[in-house]
Amino acid sequence: MTAIETNSTMIASTSSNDSGLSIFSAISEWLTTTSHQRIGRLMVSISLLWTLAVVAVGLLLGVERISSSSDLIDATSAPQLFSIFRVGLIFGSMAPMALGISMAIVPMQVGSQVIAFARGALFGTYLWCFGMIIVAVSYIGNGGPGGGDRQMVDLFLIGMGVVIAGLLIVSASIATTALTSRRAGLTLVDAPIYVWSSLVTSVSLILTLPVMAGALIYVAVDHTYERATFGATDGVNAWIGWALTSPQIFLFSIPTLGVLAQIVATMTRGKQPLRGGLLIGVGLTSTALIGAVTQSFYSVQFDSQFADFAKSLLPFLMFNALPILGVLIVIALCLLAMKNEKAKPSAPFVLAFFGVGMVLTGMIGNVLLRITDLKLSNTVFDEAVLVYVGYGIVLSSLGAIAHFGPRIWGRKMPTMPVIGLGLIGVLGVVLAALPYYIAGFTDQPAARITGELGNNSQIWNSIAAIGQAIFLVFLVAFIGLVFKSARSGEIADEEIFETVSANS
Amino acid sequence: MSTSATALNSGPKIAMRRQALVLSGLLSAASAMLIGSMLAIWLQFRANAPLRESSDGSKMLRDWLPENIKIPEVATNTMMLTIVITCIMVQWAVYASRRADSKHTTLALGVALLTQIAMINAQIAVYLQMDIGVRDSSYTTMFYAITATMTLLIVIGLGFTLVAMFRSIAGRLSDHDLIVAHAVYWYSLTVIFAAMWFVVYVQK
Repeated sequence: MTAIETNSTMIASTSSNDSGLSIFSAISEWLTTTSHQRIGRLMVSISLLWTLAVVAVGLLLGVERISSSSDLIDATSAPQLFSIFRVGLIFGSMAPMALGISMAIVPMQVGSQVIAFARGALFGTYLWCFGMIIVAVSYIGNGGPGGGDRQMVDLFLIGMGVVIAGLLIVSASIATTALTSRRAGLTLVDAPIYVWSSLVTSVSLILTLPVMAGALIYVAVDHTYERATFGATDGVNAWIGWALTSPQIFLFSIPTLGVLAQIVATMTRGKQPLRGGLLIGVGLTSTALIGAVTQSFYSVQFDSQFADFAKSLLPFLMFNALPILGVLIVIALCLLAMKNEKAKPSAPFVLAFFGVGMVLTGMIGNVLLRITDLKLSNTVFDEAVLVYVGYGIVLSSLGAIAHFGPRIWGRKMPTMPVIGLGLIGVLGVVLAALPYYIAGFTDQPAARITGELGNNSQIWNSIAAIGQAIFLVFLVAFIGLVFKSARSGEIADEEIFETVSANS
Repeated sequence: MSTSATALNSGPKIAMRRQALVLSGLLSAASAMLIGSMLAIWLQFRANAPLRESSDGSKMLRDWLPENIKIPEVATNTMMLTIVITCIMVQWAVYASRRADSKHTTLALGVALLTQIAMINAQIAVYLQMDIGVRDSSYTTMFYAITATMTLLIVIGLGFTLVAMFRSIAGRLSDHDLIVAHAVYWYSLTVIFAAMWFVVYVQK
């Protein structure tokens, strides 16, 4: 018989080392993971932090604009803050949130245990994350479009390049998973609608982000060496500005349609009378990419020669109105399916439905923005379009977390708090954006905090600031609720795990 | 008891998993969009350049390419021919790989690798022969931006070739998909390069 004596002090020391090691190994496991759920959660978590930061900047700008004599922000910093609000919302929040959720969910829905090129997806996530850190540092050092520090502007351009590379790699991983990793017998047409929307988004980004990268390379080389051809620092916005506004931002909203349709499919047990219509609706929204890759805006002027009007009408309708048609088709078919099945709205549905509603309002605003006669460009109207679309995507993504989350961590989210918080979030978005729609008609200039801001601007700016504050509170509360539910929520029943791949 | 009575029916057909091929297609699309967008901006600048008289005074030209810059056409045309040869080599690799002929696959990829190195060498030769500075003019800034980006894509392709070749040397006979994906990327690079070559080096 062999006896092994173990010293009790040694055990204590080993267990203490184990605990240290276990924390280290847990962090290391997360940082080197190839699990699509973990990579997706990592991306969504970081993007939520960015969202909080961006909404805080939005609140700061809103408060500053209440009074034109306010000196909360240095006037020279204001353009940088407006810029970081836009860039942060698009590339720090909207894009990664949409892609992160797709990364976590798509493999599960297609019946694959892994995401295609998992290490590539993790590398892409890191590239995006570090790229955004570089972008943030460049803004702090007076970089960014129109920034005063030459080297920091160079840093901003490099950071944006890294962000684009990261998002491209992640998009390629998601698209490859949807195209090649489906379980036997599952065709793309039969795959859950969220898979389809993720595929359309990924492919759209693979086609449009390189276009932005191309312009960025020219601007970066010019800015580093010649500083004349592309307008030096001020030229940054002129050449990549199209990627920071509509219709490019509509591409990030495509997964919101997938989330809504997927939640409705779960509520109606997959009974959708016109499933083909849903696929077409999601596809139509991606027509925005054609408008985006031409790096132009398509406006129409009613008060012009008929020939000029007719010539500009077709591209105007195609690139600005067609995405709206896609959204309307998806909403109509979802409501039809719910009516047929007499389905009761679930808590995530509230967030997803209003999220899509906000995106739709932003798209309609974009149509008005592009009507030259209304003279809305260069007013806060453009900012309101971004807020509607951006915050709409955030709302919808939180709906996706409420819907898919319990299927990942196995615990339910409470229904009433989710609905209550969701409605507060909707109120926040409406209050943050709608006043700027109105202020746009009173000619309040965009990205300005001093001087003449237009009629009743104080009222509109005050309401918008309140909206930003409400949305910030909503975000903090919702993130808290997600963490609480994931740790100590009610255990989810078996049934919900079956609905992750519910067909629609 | 009959065996066939108790045996289960065969399962559904396993889905094709040509991930490398799909990724290569996506990478090709992204590369095409990247160079396509840069060419579009290039053409826009060229179209907006002011007019000037030709040296013999017979016609009006766009004042885009500075008069003192001469593009070495031998080197640029050689690059175009070299990338076509690369295509032939990668197709040879596909042919050999389909027949599980590891030796010829490796040989074809090795020759393709040499042609790719030759392309990069030719690009450096073009830079040296032109002897222009990045900050000399709008043309030179944009010339270096677009040609360097194209060279970067070729370097990525070269990396792809190296990976495919090492796997072939290691005896991975089942890597036919990877060889096909590699070929698809090089075909698309050839088309992309041809577009750039025509606009930047031929039309100037």
